[in-house]
Amino acid sequence: MKLEISGLSFSYSDRDVLDQLDIQVEEGEFVSILGASGCGKSTILKLLTGVLTPAEGKILVDGKEIRGMTEHFAYMPQNDLLFPWKTVLDNVCLYGRIHGNLEGARREARENLAAFGLAGYENAYPSSLSGGMRQRAAFLRTALCKSEILLLDEPFGALDVITRGEMQDWLLSMREKMNRTVVLVTHDMDEAIYLSDRILILGGRPSKVVCELKPETPAKGRSRDWLYGQGEMRKRIHREIMRDGAEQRNVCGAEQKNSSPAGKERP
Amino acid sequence: MKKWKKRTAPVLLIAVLLLVWEAAVRIRHIPLYVLPAPSQVVEALIADWPNLASHAGVTVMEALAGMAIALVLALALGMAMDAFPAVKSGLYPVLVVTQTVPMIVLAPILIIYLGFGLTPKILTVVLMCFFPIVVSFTDAMGQMDEEYSHLVRSFGAGKWEVYRLVKIPASVPGLISGLKVAATYSISGAVVGEWIGAQSGLGYYLIRVKNGYMLDKVFACVLVIVALSLCMNGAIRIWQMFAMPYGEKRE
Repeated sequence: MKLEISGLSFSYSDRDVLDQLDIQVEEGEFVSILGASGCGKSTILKLLTGVLTPAEGKILVDGKEIRGMTEHFAYMPQNDLLFPWKTVLDNVCLYGRIHGNLEGARREARENLAAFGLAGYENAYPSSLSGGMRQRAAFLRTALCKSEILLLDEPFGALDVITRGEMQDWLLSMREKMNRTVVLVTHDMDEAIYLSDRILILGGRPSKVVCELKPETPAKGRSRDWLYGQGEMRKRIHREIMRDGAEQRNVCGAEQKNSSPAGKERP
Repeated sequence: MKKWKKRTAPVLLIAVLLLVWEAAVRIRHIPLYVLPAPSQVVEALIADWPNLASHAGVTVMEALAGMAIALVLALALGMAMDAFPAVKSGLYPVLVVTQTVPMIVLAPILIIYLGFGLTPKILTVVLMCFFPIVVSFTDAMGQMDEEYSHLVRSFGAGKWEVYRLVKIPASVPGLISGLKVAATYSISGAVVGEWIGAQSGLGYYLIRVKNGYMLDKVFACVLVIVALSLCMNGAIRIWQMFAMPYGEKRE
């Protein structure tokens, strides 16, 4: 098992976010974590990267427990977070710069610029790029990390529908080329179905994995038409998320009436 | 057309004011020791230029030295305040309070402690320039999106590398805004220091010609001070073009 999360719990000062979360990801697998806003999806990635420290539980990479910031993960946030003062080339070479291999990183970046749709833009500043190009540059920066596991935090969430679709097509085509273990956090169910080997749905409050789905067709054989035919899976995901929402509303109602925590746990 | 109008409007206004001023002095025969005409100010400026230029050199030198010290201090203290919240919460209010003390009160005290040499003048400039630089630098670092730090740290950067890679470059626009204000203050700061006690500099020149009721030279000196302050501000703007080739557009 490449990545194993077991019994992971985390609370912010005002609320419990994750409770005894268990997730396993195999080598080379593309796993999506799907859930409503505020369910703790991004918190999982922050716990993995060591930005946050779990209250309980273990994170294992290749069977070894890790703590704090490690080099196993390459993180891509929702906003591209390109440095406005650096050119595209210098932005994507961030990992090389930090680890003293700027020249090597530049060489590798130049080889990959075309595949990421950035040919001819290496000396451009991020402010002159379109939203999609910026996101691809951020993606290249993440891909150039030597870390084995890519953590993508709603990478296309800030894009318009058309660009987002293009980026999803592009990522699907890049999956094989990148050949990495990927954990994608998203609230877009089509994105999760289209790109993933496995989809984990987070629910409850505090959150845990309430449902796991596996699209039957392998990534290679997928297309937009295939995605449009995934009505059943979409229905199932929708039902799970909506059920979670309805339970939340019931819990809130009950709490307001008698301050009872009853109904917090899914039966 | 609109841009052209925008630029010529202030020029025209100043030209009209100067003409009215010139006419009023000539028609009313106002004596030189009360109000010199603009033409007399220009004449004084040309006639006394070598003298003015040598005094201006001293003032500029004090201003540049003060600015450099203020910049180094502001960068060091700004980073310390950002890295250690306790330093910020302790020091920031003190910094604000020090700015409420008028410089004209502080300058004579500095001369008592440090004598009539260059040191108290440079220190006056430091005291005037330090605050706008440190405040704009610290605020720019504080306002930076924390996600940048998380990203860089997740890539394996240490705490101080975060400053080198993200925090300092991200706060350059804020730092430059502070430097523009400080650069404009720097010449006035040096002049205030010289005004209280000096043997050279524009402040010393001002006090001498004022005591001699040579108001045309007073006005000429003010003109030089204004021009130098604008030049200092312009120098920062030129530096900005090199330091920020990506423009001021921020996320």
